[in-house]
Amino acid sequence: MSGLSGVMFSGITGRGMVLLVLAALGLAVAPFVADRYLVSVLTTVLWFAYVGQAWNVMMGFSGLLSLGHALYVGLGAYVSAALFVHFGIGPWAGMVLAMLVAVVAGCVIGFLGFRFGVKGVHFALLTIAFAEVARIGFDHITWVGGSGGFFLPVEAGASDPLNLRGSPVLFYYVALALVVGALFLSRALLHSRLGYQWLAVREEPDAAEASGVDLFRARMTAVAVSSALTALGGVFQAFYFNNLFPEQVFSMGRSIEIILPAIVGGIGTLVGPILGAFILTPLGEALTFLIEAGGLDLPGLKQLFYGAALVVIVVFRPEGVWPWLARRLRLVRQPGEGA
Amino acid sequence: MTALLEVERLSKRFRGLKAVSEVSFTVPEGRMLALIGPNGAGKTTTFNLIAGVFPPDEGRVTLKGRNLTGLKPNQVCAAGIGRTFQIVKPFGQLTVEENVVVGALARERSVETARRQARAVLERLELADQANRPARSLTLPDRKRLEVARALATRPTLLLLDEVLAGLRPTEVDRMVEVLRDLNRREGLTILMIEHVMRAVMALSDRVVVLDHGEKIADGAPAEVVADPRVVESYLGAEALD
Amino acid sequence: MPIDYYLNIAASGLLTGLVYGLAALGLSVIFGVVRVVNFAHGEMMVAGMYGAVLLGGWLGFDPLLSAPLMAALLFACGWLLQRGLVNKFVERPEHMQFILLLGIATILVNAMLMLFGPDARNVQVPYSFDTVEIGSMLLDAVRLRAGAAAIVVAAALFAFFRFSRTGKAIRACADNPLGARVVGLNIDGLYALTFGIGAAVVGVAGALMTLLVDARPQLAPEYTLLSFIIVIVGGLGSLPGALLGGVLIGMSEALAGFLLTPSMKSLFSYGVLIVVLLLRPQGLLGKRS
Repeated sequence: MSGLSGVMFSGITGRGMVLLVLAALGLAVAPFVADRYLVSVLTTVLWFAYVGQAWNVMMGFSGLLSLGHALYVGLGAYVSAALFVHFGIGPWAGMVLAMLVAVVAGCVIGFLGFRFGVKGVHFALLTIAFAEVARIGFDHITWVGGSGGFFLPVEAGASDPLNLRGSPVLFYYVALALVVGALFLSRALLHSRLGYQWLAVREEPDAAEASGVDLFRARMTAVAVSSALTALGGVFQAFYFNNLFPEQVFSMGRSIEIILPAIVGGIGTLVGPILGAFILTPLGEALTFLIEAGGLDLPGLKQLFYGAALVVIVVFRPEGVWPWLARRLRLVRQPGEGA
Repeated sequence: MTALLEVERLSKRFRGLKAVSEVSFTVPEGRMLALIGPNGAGKTTTFNLIAGVFPPDEGRVTLKGRNLTGLKPNQVCAAGIGRTFQIVKPFGQLTVEENVVVGALARERSVETARRQARAVLERLELADQANRPARSLTLPDRKRLEVARALATRPTLLLLDEVLAGLRPTEVDRMVEVLRDLNRREGLTILMIEHVMRAVMALSDRVVVLDHGEKIADGAPAEVVADPRVVESYLGAEALD
Repeated sequence: MPIDYYLNIAASGLLTGLVYGLAALGLSVIFGVVRVVNFAHGEMMVAGMYGAVLLGGWLGFDPLLSAPLMAALLFACGWLLQRGLVNKFVERPEHMQFILLLGIATILVNAMLMLFGPDARNVQVPYSFDTVEIGSMLLDAVRLRAGAAAIVVAAALFAFFRFSRTGKAIRACADNPLGARVVGLNIDGLYALTFGIGAAVVGVAGALMTLLVDARPQLAPEYTLLSFIIVIVGGLGSLPGALLGGVLIGMSEALAGFLLTPSMKSLFSYGVLIVVLLLRPQGLLGKRS
């Protein structure tokens, strides 16, 4: 996969287009044909596809390795939940502040990191450190429940889309809208002046700067966009699950789960994070099912499998599944085939 | 002839080691000036000081009278100086055209317009047929041309070329010399180049500045400079003039 | 006597910190030479802990006796890991190396969870409740032994790198891999050896750690992060820095756990990390690249 053309719809072949439309149609009607369980699995898939896309803006487009994205999920979740529980402010209004708080946190990390020249693995560690500080910190903020957890009121059978209260199907469509929205936003960004600058910064920062790109500004906007999008995923999570525990929401494990779809699917591609989520979550579910069916009660087996999958992917498909699949099935035009 | 670029008493030390010491020269508008000297003479450091990669310890760089000292590379680019890198730095995963679009976007907000400009620059440097190939797949001569194309796309008033002819075969050198001469003669682009290929230096430049151990040891017309005993001793040797 | 009290806590922290520092030494050795960040470091350490727990349970081995056995076992594992997988990734981008080792870490920690369960397991030693009086301080016997053993192993490691032919070859390889290849050193072999040594060191640290805390799988990611913090605070690639960083973090944790609540103590370490990353990214004893 090379260049923008490889990740853009404009490079997609007729066959690829047909597949894309079929997939979109399938997702649009899924709740009418699928049972409750399948809808919940698909919602999880879509959530990971979405946050994977959000992470991809930083790592895939701009080359900034963040291993602390759980921070933005957690801030989005806690801010929107606190506004709802304590002030009765619904998520549609609350998400603005949620995103703002996450952007401020992202910009603080970015500012410190970029201004002080913290690079590569060191930058990744800085992101982990802030996420961990938040995890431990929220354990002690009793206003939002501390380590005992923070709960949103649940009314059985409530249907109040204005406050994001309702059936699983409602959440399914909200998640689908998030994924589609993030996909088109990512595409528009990549096509824009800013997108070109991000890719240039990712590839060769020195050459990008010599070509007139303000490195600091380009990187800061990437962090801001990524953290805002991720916070929205947090708002969704808060209202979908109705409970928040710092140990889960801010955990390093959560940060890793967020980066997996993009890595498995293909870092820096538009379809990669979505494909990655559609591979990982169902595989995990299938494994849970198999373990239960086999009468095995082994906590850790599923994660062990995830670890193995990660190793296999990174050894055999280091650029991810999507670029390889797209080439094999000729879903995108190859370089030199004309636009 | 007015001076486009003025470099005044530029100095830079790295860990106490003097890389560039009180170097001054001017590049008149519309001319081509070559910066030559043995390896480690401070040529690339001088370039980096002009391009804003790091600030000088002392001295001043002005472009058309505007002080550029202390600006960052992107600001220097915006001020009108385009540069290439001695060790080429293409955006490997982007296509050749996308590489040049990034350059064009320095002065252009619309991606569409930038793409048109990039096309024109690629035509000019005979890279148009490679436009959709990933930059990392190019051969070295093409990569060197891509460096020039990307810098040109930023629409500079002064182009800094860091050894764009090194490693090219003689026929490729001639092609590049033609392109550069054309840019200079027809479009009046001012060029400052670091170059080791003396044949090209003699053919292209109006003036030559020689650095040795971070200091300027000669500055004049090409024919004068290569006859200067100090230059011959420190850099050229007898055989280089063949 | 509040001053004595603080001194006592600081001394305890120092001794624990020596074991932390030893673990971080392993990470530092691997990064300094192979240029790969071992994201499975804490997992290897906890493997060392479980090894000591098992040997203690089956054969009644003291962790100090288990330590060399764990070193041998983890050396072999580290050597094989580098030969089989990591070596292919040496030239790849950082995030690829990270993902590979993250995968390995995930496999390790969950394998241990499946084998040993989530509950804490410990080693019984006859001196577990003994204390030793030094001046006005009262120190745990276990802590003193663990700290002393950590110093011995660290000293052996320093001596190996300073005086032995192989150690010098590894250092040459770290300074200039290309040059080392040119003079005929077997880089891949030295990398495998180094990864093995790094793993062995953290295995020993794990075995010693069982004197101080009970083994749990959940400790693994914590120790990975802790080792990182220490190495970065001390200076990536600087061996004395890793030891100094370990002592510093151990003492600050002990004091923070005492002055604040124990659950806040790692907050303090992260605070130290953030400050160091910003003010002195090369670490306390590191060289600026």
